[in-house]
Amino acid sequence: MSVPLKMEPPCESKSNYLWEDPPDEDKFSACVHCGMCLESCPTYLETGHEHQSPRGRVHLIKSVAEGKLKINEAFENPIFTCLDCRACETACPSGVQVGSLIETARGQIRQAMPLTGWKAKVNKLFLRGVFPHPNRLHTLGKFLKVYQKTGMQSLVRKTGLMKVMPPHLGDMESVMPTVSDPVMKKYPEVIPPKGDAAAKKRVALLTGCVMDVMFGNINEATVRVLTRNGFEVVVPQEQRCCGALHIHAGDREEGKRLARNNIDAFLAADVDKIVVNAAGCGCALKEYPELLQSDPAYHEKAERFAKKIEDVSKFLVEQGYEKPKGRLDTKLTYHDACHLAHGQGVRSQPRQILRDIPGVELVEMPEADRCCGSAGIYNLVKPDMAGKVLQEKMCHVPSNVEMISMGNPGCMLQMSIGVMKHGNGQKIVHTVQMLDWAYEKEAAAEREQNATDQVAAGKEERG
Amino acid sequence: MIGDIIVQGLIDLVGRDAVLYRPEDLLAYECDGYTVHKRSPRAVVFPTSTEEVSKIVKYLYENEVPFIPRGAGTGLSGGAIPLGGEVILSLVKMRKLLHVDLQNRLAVVQPGYVNLKLTNSVASKGYYYAPDPSSQYACTIGGNVAENAGGAHCLKYGVTTNHILGMEVVLANGEIVEIGGAPDMPGYDLMGLLTGSEGTLGIVTEITVRILKNPEGKKTVLTYFDQVEDASHAVSDIIAAGIVPAALEMMDKTAIEAVEAGNFPVGHPKGLEALLLIEVDGIAAGIDDQIDEIIEVCKQHQVTKVKVAESDQERASWWANRKTAFPAMGAISPDYLVQDGVIPRSRLPEVLEKIGQISEEAGLRIANVFHAGDGNLHPLILYDARKPGETENAVKVGTAVLKVCADVGGSITGEHGVGIEKQNEMCFVFSEEELEAQLRIRDVFNPNNLLNPDKLFPKPSRCAEMRVAR
Repeated sequence: MSVPLKMEPPCESKSNYLWEDPPDEDKFSACVHCGMCLESCPTYLETGHEHQSPRGRVHLIKSVAEGKLKINEAFENPIFTCLDCRACETACPSGVQVGSLIETARGQIRQAMPLTGWKAKVNKLFLRGVFPHPNRLHTLGKFLKVYQKTGMQSLVRKTGLMKVMPPHLGDMESVMPTVSDPVMKKYPEVIPPKGDAAAKKRVALLTGCVMDVMFGNINEATVRVLTRNGFEVVVPQEQRCCGALHIHAGDREEGKRLARNNIDAFLAADVDKIVVNAAGCGCALKEYPELLQSDPAYHEKAERFAKKIEDVSKFLVEQGYEKPKGRLDTKLTYHDACHLAHGQGVRSQPRQILRDIPGVELVEMPEADRCCGSAGIYNLVKPDMAGKVLQEKMCHVPSNVEMISMGNPGCMLQMSIGVMKHGNGQKIVHTVQMLDWAYEKEAAAEREQNATDQVAAGKEERG
Repeated sequence: MIGDIIVQGLIDLVGRDAVLYRPEDLLAYECDGYTVHKRSPRAVVFPTSTEEVSKIVKYLYENEVPFIPRGAGTGLSGGAIPLGGEVILSLVKMRKLLHVDLQNRLAVVQPGYVNLKLTNSVASKGYYYAPDPSSQYACTIGGNVAENAGGAHCLKYGVTTNHILGMEVVLANGEIVEIGGAPDMPGYDLMGLLTGSEGTLGIVTEITVRILKNPEGKKTVLTYFDQVEDASHAVSDIIAAGIVPAALEMMDKTAIEAVEAGNFPVGHPKGLEALLLIEVDGIAAGIDDQIDEIIEVCKQHQVTKVKVAESDQERASWWANRKTAFPAMGAISPDYLVQDGVIPRSRLPEVLEKIGQISEEAGLRIANVFHAGDGNLHPLILYDARKPGETENAVKVGTAVLKVCADVGGSITGEHGVGIEKQNEMCFVFSEEELEAQLRIRDVFNPNNLLNPDKLFPKPSRCAEMRVAR
């Protein structure tokens, strides 16, 4: 048998991407198929399958563009099994933007193969019907609150009603945080800095869709930390969900609609910076210019907007913050949210904040920047893979820590499930919450001191 | 119902989850790190133990189905490309570290165990695994054995074959054998024969490797030059002075442009013509003297800047920059083809000049990255596969470069293997008789040519053509 040493003909234009925003040829051409990404990919490590690796996925994306592969279930599976965690982007020597390629490929897939049946209904209900509408989210939040406060939650848990739901949804229900009031409703649109000095900077806060309903207390902590450090905080009322979940799911149209809305809402607020406490949202906001690159009316505005986006930890470290005097005696570890570490290159700042808190001992977790499996709504749509990735993640949590700190609400929910299933009761916290608590402790100590002083002063007077 | 009876047979052996067979799922296996030629395999099967490998091989052997072992698929010569539509045995699920014996300085690994993981797993005890191919973050030790992989530090420490103490091998008929085991075994050096056989003599399923104690001291310097000739003369003179650095690496202008445009830049100045990255290690006492001596030689050749790494972090950043040089080409060119010639070190300046001429004549840029210390060149030929004829042109340039290496008394491959890429160029370094003798050895292990068929050696008539072309 002889070796058929025939070269492939150079590709001709017969792409199977037929819709707007196809994966960018310049981006997939940058991949030279070296394989340096393999060991960074959670789904490759789990499956060992080349088509479930970054290099394999890019190869398939390229194959569709070359007309060698059709958009069908066999293409959809690897593209949607990607966690979009961007760990491969950190590893890639030639800087292939795998995340962008995956997201645009998903956009094509959803147009070539629209969802049908219950999947379509659930998708439409949440992605278009709930997340983009703050009022509906807040109503949902109120229901959750009633559910938790009236004892219905404990009733449901006791009677085992949860067992009729798929196990991963039951897992999620059982770690649901206690719902508090959304910052959007609770605070005025402009919150002045504490103290009498003029504001150091005027910043806007992205409250996030799920964040504000499920994790309102983190938003409150963020507001307190920012105002305490002399910043004026604006909460634009017209802001909506960042659209990351939509873009991840391939619904680019809705993603773009939300992006335009947010650009208008935040630029109108005329702020120095837009502070974000959810890594996934921050990453999506920074990528608006790319999302809107073919929109002449918004592209330039998107660039201006994106320059203002800053993760809260990076913002605090760069602008300077008051080191807390309150002690929180605890041993904790830090989990790098993918969209913070790989997506935004923010690694050292959260750690610095944690180390600045008196009494906090930061124990590094091996492979701290490996995905936890949350990945937006990945843990809802791919529960099996998400569960495996989570289990792997939990193996790395140091056994002697009491807390796990991080900077993304999705990770917080997922890691809570991780603790419930594989951990030993570690508390899941947002980095900003730790700082807020330390300030709170400091304030409490001061109040106590004042009270003691007053009593002492009173005694003196009487004496 | 599966149409292919062989696929069905494999599923019956190891289960449906361990076999890929849908055309779409096979597409990602149509090439490895060498992308000039592509073809999908018939199926990919994922054994998890030596016994499973043996069962699969036996089944394929009995049914006369050709097959290829594959590790991480980072190879650069196409050794794992199923050009004949072979069945691929992917060994990535055999990725365990089986045993570490620090006292006797050895470790036993499965073939799918990733190179760098071995060093990481013994680092805290002060040990490491020496062969360090630039793809060590992803490549497997099984693949390293198949290709006899090298790396930056092989100048002082030798290539993979110098670090293998024993292996378990599944032969072409499915039989399991063990070779080696103790250092300096009497009899023929079968391990030496298997290491670098590119998957044509057997499938390695367990490997006993040497691990080394970390050197007591280590120092790394970065030197810049205004002319490539100066840098290459400096390399020749360092070696001639009798110094054996742990690593002596060189990059030229185009290579530096790529690594600075890639994901791991270190801030080399723009327009820099050449740099040398030099590392010396060993007993702490002599290291400073050696570094001084090296710097002295560099000064004789108009070095413009000398920088000593001030921290492990800085050293690591220099190495990350250098080790990602090949794939960083993706940042400045859609495709590249890397060559792997070896030359006597004293001929470096003249060979570089000839490579420059070839590049100019062909109208294709060539970036030069090499393990200068051991004369192992890696000219990276930059091209765009989308432009008609450019791939063919790049392949021709590669052949011309290897011809130059062979003509000055060198070789066509230092560490990447022959695979598909350099089959014909074997004629530059071996006569018909020498090739025939090697084929007879292959036939002893692989009588039906089922194991990674039609790789490594040229087609029978090709050598005459290649010689005429000279």
